[in-house]
Amino acid sequence: MASTQSTIRIVPTGHTKRAKSELMRQRLRAAGWFLVPMLIALAIVAGWPLLRTIYFSFTNASLTNLDGAEWVGFKNYLNWTVLKSGRVIWSGLLSDPAWWNAVWNTVRFSVVSVTLETILGTVVALVLNAEFKGRGLVRAAILIPWAIPTIVSARMWGWMLNDQFGIINDVLLTFGLIDHKIAWTASSDTAMIAVLIVDVWKTTPFMALLILAGLQMIPRDIYEAASLDGVHPVKTFWKVTLPLVRPALMVAVIFRLLDAMRIFDLIYVLTPNSSQTKTISVLARENLIDFDKFAYGSAQSTMLFLIIALMTILYIWLGKVRFDGGDR
Amino acid sequence: MYHSALRAGLFAGVVFSASVTMAAELAIVSGDSGNGLAFLQSQLKEFEAKTGNTVKIVPMPPSTSDQFGQYRLWLAAGNADIDVYMTDVIWAPQLSDQFLDLTDAAKDIVKDHFPSIIESQTANGKLVAIPAFTDAPALFYRKDLLDKYGKSVPKTWDEMAATAKEIQDKEREAGAKDLWGFVFQGNAYEGLTCNALEWVKSFGGGQIVEANGDISINNEKAAKALETAKSWVGTISPPGVLAYQEEEARGVWQTGNSVFMRNWPYAYALGNGEDSAVKGKFGVATLPAATEGDKPAATLGGWNFAVSKYSKHPDEAIQLALFLGSTEVQKNRAIDQTNLPTIVSLYDDADVAKAAPIIPQWKDVFMNAVPRPSAPTKVKYNEVSSLFWSAVHDTLSGNGTAAENLEVLEAKLTELKGSGW
Repeated sequence: MASTQSTIRIVPTGHTKRAKSELMRQRLRAAGWFLVPMLIALAIVAGWPLLRTIYFSFTNASLTNLDGAEWVGFKNYLNWTVLKSGRVIWSGLLSDPAWWNAVWNTVRFSVVSVTLETILGTVVALVLNAEFKGRGLVRAAILIPWAIPTIVSARMWGWMLNDQFGIINDVLLTFGLIDHKIAWTASSDTAMIAVLIVDVWKTTPFMALLILAGLQMIPRDIYEAASLDGVHPVKTFWKVTLPLVRPALMVAVIFRLLDAMRIFDLIYVLTPNSSQTKTISVLARENLIDFDKFAYGSAQSTMLFLIIALMTILYIWLGKVRFDGGDR
Repeated sequence: MYHSALRAGLFAGVVFSASVTMAAELAIVSGDSGNGLAFLQSQLKEFEAKTGNTVKIVPMPPSTSDQFGQYRLWLAAGNADIDVYMTDVIWAPQLSDQFLDLTDAAKDIVKDHFPSIIESQTANGKLVAIPAFTDAPALFYRKDLLDKYGKSVPKTWDEMAATAKEIQDKEREAGAKDLWGFVFQGNAYEGLTCNALEWVKSFGGGQIVEANGDISINNEKAAKALETAKSWVGTISPPGVLAYQEEEARGVWQTGNSVFMRNWPYAYALGNGEDSAVKGKFGVATLPAATEGDKPAATLGGWNFAVSKYSKHPDEAIQLALFLGSTEVQKNRAIDQTNLPTIVSLYDDADVAKAAPIIPQWKDVFMNAVPRPSAPTKVKYNEVSSLFWSAVHDTLSGNGTAAENLEVLEAKLTELKGSGW
């Protein structure tokens, strides 16, 4: 967070342009040179693969024959053939029900998980922002779920959610909350819920940490003034804390949203490969690698990129997010 | 050692260690489950002692679909880190371009193996892999429970379901609350294709795509088979069976919580292990059929060893693949792992018969085994299989009826086939 802000602050805003001094220009040039290695690295590890994926999505490439790929235009996205009878047969990604099912799963997962994580993250951050004994220890401890690799936590939860010998069913049965063992990850009704539970458990600490950073930037004297005026703490939260923490919150939400839209590992490990939980990334990987449809999988990856880009732009525009933390 | 001396010159430039042996360091990748990796390790020790080469095992997750994805990626990238791959019986047509042709190297031993298995590993006239063991699943049953309730080993699926239900209900009344009737592999993956192919085939519903490439899956018998299987979920099989692979099913079975299980022969040796709750209490039989007198079906499985064409030590790697498919190793494998040999003579071997009495009985089962349609569908097999298991998984989880799902499946397969496989 801190580094993002400081790098962005160097870039001058419009009204300072004319008043640029020689020193300022020098500093800008230096900053430019410092950025060059990073830009080159980004071009190699992100730009090139992205361009190649987009290119492959317009070809008929297969994984074993990438060099022999031929240009086919938009065929992987949408194509139609008119039969002799006049009937039109649509094919391609945009007419594929499996694709739209995956899009719907991804969006549903992202919206629900990010909403829950934002609410819980705020609560946790508020608690951690209060003064109490052993606060440092609790702050460190709460990060543990975030620190465990997703594959490991997915496996761990897979065992805990196991229908026959899982501890979750055992505990719920002992307390009489359920009357029969639930097949959490297998049943189509609960598979998505299981994924959401694990994802919320895992990424709430991340949200909490980002929001906590925002909370700590709020000056203490505002709270003192509020309490002297006898404002109810709940009202203080809505009128003081929330508006002031909003910039940090908005940035935290967009980080999480970007991450949630490309969810892959958790779903791949935790649930059966069924249409109930298949997301865009899972579907794209299946086409890219398992099936002999590298180009089609590339088209799906490209669409995922476009969807994420579109959502981000909309979010920044509608939410008036400013990454320099201004907004006050 | 003479081997190393020959190659010393070649390697001198690369090997800087003070070690006198200049043998090759090979890497073998295997996703064997149960205690298969420990067994492989013991066999590799012998190979190392014999040849002076060292072999490193790269373990993989047991799901065959996961392994395939990873291997395809490595091979497409020309990965030279792995020399020998343990390959599923269905992969040969899809990966044949990436593996070395073993026809010459194996010309003396090919005749010892079952011709059908050698044929399954031959693609475009090229022997892609050396068979290590074959597989055909069985119905595992609890002898003690069947005896207790005076039941015989079921011959039909309906009989199996009735027996399972009765024993399950009575045992639960008696306090065994976690007992289920039947566990199988219901997760949406290659294993479900195997299970469902057995149901469909034993009901006379064909084998999804026939050997000549015709799509045969959309028929009443196949629909009936899937509806029958659906009726098990939640009644005699735990609802969680829809997320079970082989090891999850074995977990329920081996803790003594199931009357019947459909699984591969590897579970036999493990079920009789020291830590098993069902040790000595179970038997195996062929899978049930639709009606008495019908032919039961068992999906042909099996694993092989293939040599990557990107291997830096192809000669040693071929030597390793041949060693792992040799009579000696297959015999050890049969005794230790109850894996079915692909070498005909081992079925009459006295040591094998003594240690694993089920193996000689198995000869007939897998001689009649059904192959998955990997040969007619070629490079599209994975997608065919995925469409099939998705339709089955949807049916089992109540997402549309069998007839509806099979009709859609037929349409999708027809589209996938296009002008030909």
